Amino acid sequence: MKTRDFEQVVMPHLDAAYNLAYWITRSRADAQDVVQDACLRAIKYFDTFAGENPAAWLLTIVRRTCYTWLKRNRRPEEALALDDETATDVEDPALLMGGHGLARDPETLMIEARESKQLHRLIAVLPVPYREIIVLRELEELSYRDIADVVGIPIGTVMSRLARARALLTELWRREERE
Amino acid sequence: MDCTKAQALRHAYLDGEIDPVDASAVEAHLRGCADCAAAFRRDRELSTAIRLEVPRYRAPELLRARIRSELARRERWRFSELRLLGVGWNPAAIAASLMLAVFMSSAVTRSIMTDAGVDRMADAVVAAHIRSLMADHLIDVKSSDQHTVKPWFNGKLALSPPVPDLAAAGFPLVGGRLDYIDDHPVAALVYRRQQHVINVLVSAAAKGDKDMRPAPAAERGYNLLRFTQDGMDFWIVSDLNTAELGDFAARLKAALPDGGPS
Repeated sequence: MKTRDFEQVVMPHLDAAYNLAYWITRSRADAQDVVQDACLRAIKYFDTFAGENPAAWLLTIVRRTCYTWLKRNRRPEEALALDDETATDVEDPALLMGGHGLARDPETLMIEARESKQLHRLIAVLPVPYREIIVLRELEELSYRDIADVVGIPIGTVMSRLARARALLTELWRREERE
Repeated sequence: MDCTKAQALRHAYLDGEIDPVDASAVEAHLRGCADCAAAFRRDRELSTAIRLEVPRYRAPELLRARIRSELARRERWRFSELRLLGVGWNPAAIAASLMLAVFMSSAVTRSIMTDAGVDRMADAVVAAHIRSLMADHLIDVKSSDQHTVKPWFNGKLALSPPVPDLAAAGFPLVGGRLDYIDDHPVAALVYRRQQHVINVLVSAAAKGDKDMRPAPAAERGYNLLRFTQDGMDFWIVSDLNTAELGDFAARLKAALPDGGPS
């Protein structure tokens, strides 16, 4: 294996890998362990990587590692629970790349923070299959083709699952707005 | 297009994953159907809100550093593995081996005029060393007789490499071969120290190059020595310890036609 190639080809997608792992495990420490584990695997199998799409390739390995971790560490029913504990980690601004608004006055920033927390929490309580497809599409901006590869489902299923995930998230969002 | 079909295609339309024909059909439906249009707007709002407000987490530096160190560890391991393979090249030389090769090419010499060139050359020399040990290509002409090895190079290279006999000093000649460095043919001489096979390489120096005393270096766990004398550039590469390799270099230098104590 050429380690220089791995650095140049795969390492640029480490943020995407960590972001997906964070959203599936909902814990910084666990995301770090899972991504490290996944990367060791990726290094080991780098020779078999055909060079088509390194981001999708790495995310596929990370996702599988996350699911193994979920099975080992969580109750099986939790993956489908909607009213489970909310995401516990509070965002550290230094670690975040998104979420920046244009407005800078304190009041707007506060509203932004509240909004951000709300959507953050709602995505975090989605069932894992919906959560991951929202993250892959809205945050990682993967194409349907790449999502299909990473998740291992047909493109038609990507479309219908994304539709359900958005419908569910919109419903939760509107319900909170009314309260 | 009916609402069921539009519902299925609405998301692909929003995500830009739809062909132009279907896209205009969806647009037409959204213009005429208030319910679907409202649902589409909500989806779009949600998508925009997520992108603006939900954080994308960034891998911590510690994680990055751990992966880099794993890569570095594997790189080191890879070379030590090659080295073990190299030692095992000949059952008679399992204990250890020392190879000595001499590369001759003025084009090669030109590429070592800069520090970066020297690094690159050292890298190429070690690579040739490893290659010769692995691929069963240590020797083209097998002889401990300098008068057999030296003429073998005639007509194969632009230069006739010196092949001193150092057997009396404990460095018997094993043979010679033709090798390539930077796509240029070079001469490689192979000596041995006890059960260590020693690899030493020499090349023609660039015009105007002054004689240079032996300069030691290490690369990937191998010891290297380089010196220039009488218009020739000598690269010595081996897994032998630096003291014995230095002794070898001094004896080789002294045994050259215009040699003498360095």
